[in-house]
Formats: sequence, structure tokens, C-alpha cells
Amino acid sequence: MARKMTMTEKILARHAGKADATPGENIWVDVDVLMTHDVCGPGTIGIFHQQYGKDAKVWDPSRVVIIPDHYIFTANEICHRNVQILRDFVREQGIQYYYDPEFVKNEPGMPNPYRDPTKTNYKGVCHKALPEEGHLRPGEILLGTDSHTCTAGAFGQFATGVGNTDAAFTLGTGKTWLKVPPTMKFTFHGQIPPYLTAKDLILAVIGQISVSGATYKSMYFTGEGIGSLTLEDRMTLTNMAIEAGGKNGICDVDQKTLDYVKARSNRPEWEVVTEDEGAEYCYEHEWDLGTLEPLVAKPHSPDNKDLARNCTDVKLDRAYIGSCTGGKITDMIMAASLLNGHNVKIPTFVVPGSTEVHADMQRLNIRGELKAGDEKSIQQTLEDAGCQVGPSGCAACLGGPADTFGRLNEPLNCISTTNRNFPGRMGHKEAGVYLASPLTVAASALTGHVTDPREYVSEPIATGTAGLV
Amino acid sequence: MQTSIRGKAYVLGDDIDTDQIIPAEHLIYSMTDPEERKLYGKYANIGVPAGQRGLPDGNIPFVEQTEGNSVSDYQIIIGGKNFGCGSSREHAPFALAEAGAKAVIAEFYARIFYRNCVNGGFLVPCEATQRLVDEISTGDDVEVDLAACKLIDHTTGKTYDLKELGDVKPIIDAGGVFAYAKQAGML
Repeated sequence: MARKMTMTEKILARHAGKADATPGENIWVDVDVLMTHDVCGPGTIGIFHQQYGKDAKVWDPSRVVIIPDHYIFTANEICHRNVQILRDFVREQGIQYYYDPEFVKNEPGMPNPYRDPTKTNYKGVCHKALPEEGHLRPGEILLGTDSHTCTAGAFGQFATGVGNTDAAFTLGTGKTWLKVPPTMKFTFHGQIPPYLTAKDLILAVIGQISVSGATYKSMYFTGEGIGSLTLEDRMTLTNMAIEAGGKNGICDVDQKTLDYVKARSNRPEWEVVTEDEGAEYCYEHEWDLGTLEPLVAKPHSPDNKDLARNCTDVKLDRAYIGSCTGGKITDMIMAASLLNGHNVKIPTFVVPGSTEVHADMQRLNIRGELKAGDEKSIQQTLEDAGCQVGPSGCAACLGGPADTFGRLNEPLNCISTTNRNFPGRMGHKEAGVYLASPLTVAASALTGHVTDPREYVSEPIATGTAGLV
Repeated sequence: MQTSIRGKAYVLGDDIDTDQIIPAEHLIYSMTDPEERKLYGKYANIGVPAGQRGLPDGNIPFVEQTEGNSVSDYQIIIGGKNFGCGSSREHAPFALAEAGAKAVIAEFYARIFYRNCVNGGFLVPCEATQRLVDEISTGDDVEVDLAACKLIDHTTGKTYDLKELGDVKPIIDAGGVFAYAKQAGML
């Protein structure tokens, strides 16, 4: 009888043309999609030409996706040059999927961003743009030159971050070598309560196993609690697998996944892979969602977990809502619903994860429905509460150039929906970053100190059709 | 591959993430332009908080921030647990190598950093069998004997065991994944 396998083992085995893939084994696999961006793209392209020659061609121009997102809204001319390097490569190689920030014109000064988020080729954060633009499918292998590439595991695929050299190797061959990881199983029972989001779940996981607890391992999230999450919230979970050192994070495929992928995928076929009952795990842990409480990760580590209600004495200078982790449309609805009719007490920066999110923030009301003529949009609700909304991109999540929107240029305390709070991550080395859900960040923005969102939220927040299809 | 690497030790703590090794604001320089790439060496380890720079004393810069300098006085980095965690930026091992580092000895690594060291052929990432952060001091004259899997601290006269490089040794020996694949007839 065949060995019982995890989803990750099955996907890797199939892409290696093998019947089995055993943890610890090194295998060569075929890659379905390779993604790069403006920070690692230029370096990857440099190695590609160095190693394969200046006339070399990529293995398949329809499987290379280039999404500039990191350093777009900056006057730094080196950043503008790096976007130009991507453009030149796209033209030279005939890359099919490229999302150009056409407003970056290699001119001095800060580029004027898109005026209308529905009328730009530019997308914003790659991990949000990948599913929107149809590049994610169950059962596939995605590599990206960004550690948060693991986000795509929410769609039941194997996705992991690689460096420039690995990416350049794959650009030329369509292959990479991988060590098959053992799998850790995280089961969530019950339904997601209104005061929690997947951010609380993943902070609980990382707090439990530490920032290196999943090093070299696959993280499998399952149970009816995961089924009760929106696809976007599942992306929050898999997004932060890397914060526990995980090689990949993965969720089961259900109707929500299939509906989304069917509506979006730019390839008609894919193969859903399921977890075998009796597959082997190197670690298992279960949670009951009814007993979990809103969490924060205190400076300077994502595993420095505490209950939000234990941290009310932490005074905050700033709040930040954005990134691939906490800048999706459902995150915006969570924050806007809580902030609706109130005023923030501290400067609060909001950065849509993609231009589609930005468009939805203008199109939808806080229930995630198409807004009626006189009704407030999500963006208006946030702005009326005193938030500043910037253009889509990675922005201050990783600091970036000094003129980046929302960057911590001083040693401030900031509560943020982002994914990392290492020293200096959002700019200043002595700044203290508290990671939390969009609900906890919004509640804290209203009080100026770390605040449990249960003080504001008791009823489920409807997200309508936002982020669904 | 060299079988012995000798140089001055630079000691760091646990969970040294890639934002500390090379902060995001510096990820913009060309990695191929011979002049511009030197900036990666100049700013290597610049994000490590002052007190954690060069243990046990701290406040020791990895690269002296003097005009035109991009080279470190230290060639062997000693780290604790989970060295290189965080982002996938290959700029991290690249920056350390540009500053002149040849090897890292840590308790264990975050996997993308480890993979980047090996596949890019930048640094030899060795794992120690014990915690060395509290044993070795920044500035010690240390030698990595790759054949014998030993780390010798010539300043203190002590010798420590290193783990075998294992599966990745052929790639390290070849000088990176491209050289390895060419030797193996894959490219």
C-alpha cells in the first residue's frame, strides 16, 4: 500500500515525477510559476545574464510573473532605475505578466501615483496581486524572490521564498532542488468569533512554537476553524508561516478556494491535492477558537506574544494598517467597521495591499457591498475617522527609503497589521512595533494604547462579497 | 573549496534577521556594478542594535563607517540560534561576503538564508554542536577546519566541533548551484 502523504509531499512528488516524496529527501522539481519584484528582480536578472549569457531566454515567458511593489512611491532615483531594469527585461524576454507602475517615469522627484486605482497597470503588493491576477492554483508550485511567497499556500499549493541565485537558476531551467520538509499540523476547532481574525491565530501559533519552531518544516493549517475563515484571512495565516521559519504554509482546498480560482485563474487546469488521512506529522497542536483571545506580538519578535488586554499600559504613537498580511479588503472592512463614527487618537496610516483593494475601498461600503450613491465608502469611513490613506504597495512594512509613506523615521511605538517587528524593520532601529489584527490595531488607534477589540466589537462583521470573486 | 578559513571572529546573538544584516533601505544598489556593489559591504550588519554589535562587549562596528571603506576587519561570523531569519533577500549573505566574510558559524540557520549562502556560493554556513556565542569573543583569531569539522580559537587555545556540511557539501565545494549543475551536466 502506498505511503500516506501530506499535501506538501504529494505536490512535491508530482512535480518531481515520482510516486512518493519522503521528508528529508532532496529532489528536483518543475516549477509552475516564478515571481519576482523590484527589490530582487534586478539582482536575479543580473545573475541570469551572468550565468546563461546575454542572449539567454527564460524557460517560459508565460510562467514568469514580475510585480514591482516595494520601492515605488519614493523620489530615490536608484529605485526608479531598478523599475527600468525590470521593464527592459520584460521587453527583451517577452514576459507575459508584468504590472508596470507607469507613473514612475525615471524623472527626478516623487512620482505622482495613479489617480484612479481601476485605471492603472500597477497592482501593488505581489502576494495580493498574484491571486487577483490569476497566478495561483491548487496543487502547483510557486517560487518567489520574497519570503512571504508562502502566502499562496492558502490556495492549496506549495509556495516558498527563494533568493536571487535560486530564482535565476529557475528562470533558465524551470527547475529547482528542494528538500522535502516534514509537516507540522495545526488544527483549529470551532468558528472564528467576531473579535478575532486569522492574525490572532497565527500569532498564537508563532507564540507557541517560536520564530524558529517551523524551520525547514511545512505548516499545515486545518480544521473547521480554518474552513470558517475567508480566503483572505487564510492568506494572513499562511503569509506568516515564514515568521515561524516555515518552508511553506498550506490550507485545504474547499469551495471558497475553487470559486475564487475558477473565476480568476489564467490557466484552465489544475489538480486539487488533498491530505491523506494517516499522513505523518512531526508536530501537532489543536486550538479551540472559542478560547483564543486577541493577541499582540511585542517588540522585537513575532513570537513575543501577549494578550492585547495585558498590554493596555503600552502607549502608542502611531497605527499602521497595510501590507500583504493586513492590507486586504477584508482587513480594511474590519478596521473601518470598528472605526466607523469614531476618531483616531494617534496618526493612523492605511495602505491598500493592491490597487484592486484600493478600488474596492472606494467602491464598497463597510459591509462589503456595492455602496449606494450617498453611502460612505470604506475609504471615506477611514478618512472620516482621521486615517491617512496612501497608495498601494509594500510601503512602511519594511521601512524602505526614508521618504516612504508611514515609515518610522523616529523611535516611535507603532501598532501594525504587518508581519515583522524585528529591530529597524519599519524604519528606526529603536522604534517598537506591536503586531496585531486589523481589529486590535483599529481599537488601539481609537484609544492611543494597546486595546482589546472586544471593547468595540461584539457582533460579527459582515464582509459581503469583498475579496470573494 | 578551501579546507581552512582563518580570520578574526565577529560575534552576534540569536535571531539575527536579514533586516539587521542589511536593512531594507539599502537593498537598492546594483549587485553587479563593481563600484555600487561595494555599498553592500559598507552597510553589512549596520542594522544590528549597537549593544549587540560584536559580543560580548558590543558597540563594535562590523565595518568601520569611514569614507570609502567597505571591508570588515572580521572574516568569520559567530551567531546563535536562527541566524538569518526573516526576508529572502540574497543581499544578506552577499553583503557579508562583500565585506570580506568567508564563513558563518551558528547553532542553526533560517533556511532561506542558509540556502542563499550555499546556492550563491557566498559564505560557508557551518553549524556548531554547541553554543559558541558565550565562548568566543569578537576579535579572537579563529580558524575553521572544514576537513576535520573543527573550529579552533587560537586566542584561547580551545577547539570546538562543527557539524558535517552534509547534503549541501557538493554544492559548496563546486562554488554554488550553477557551478554544481554545470559539473553535474545539468546545464
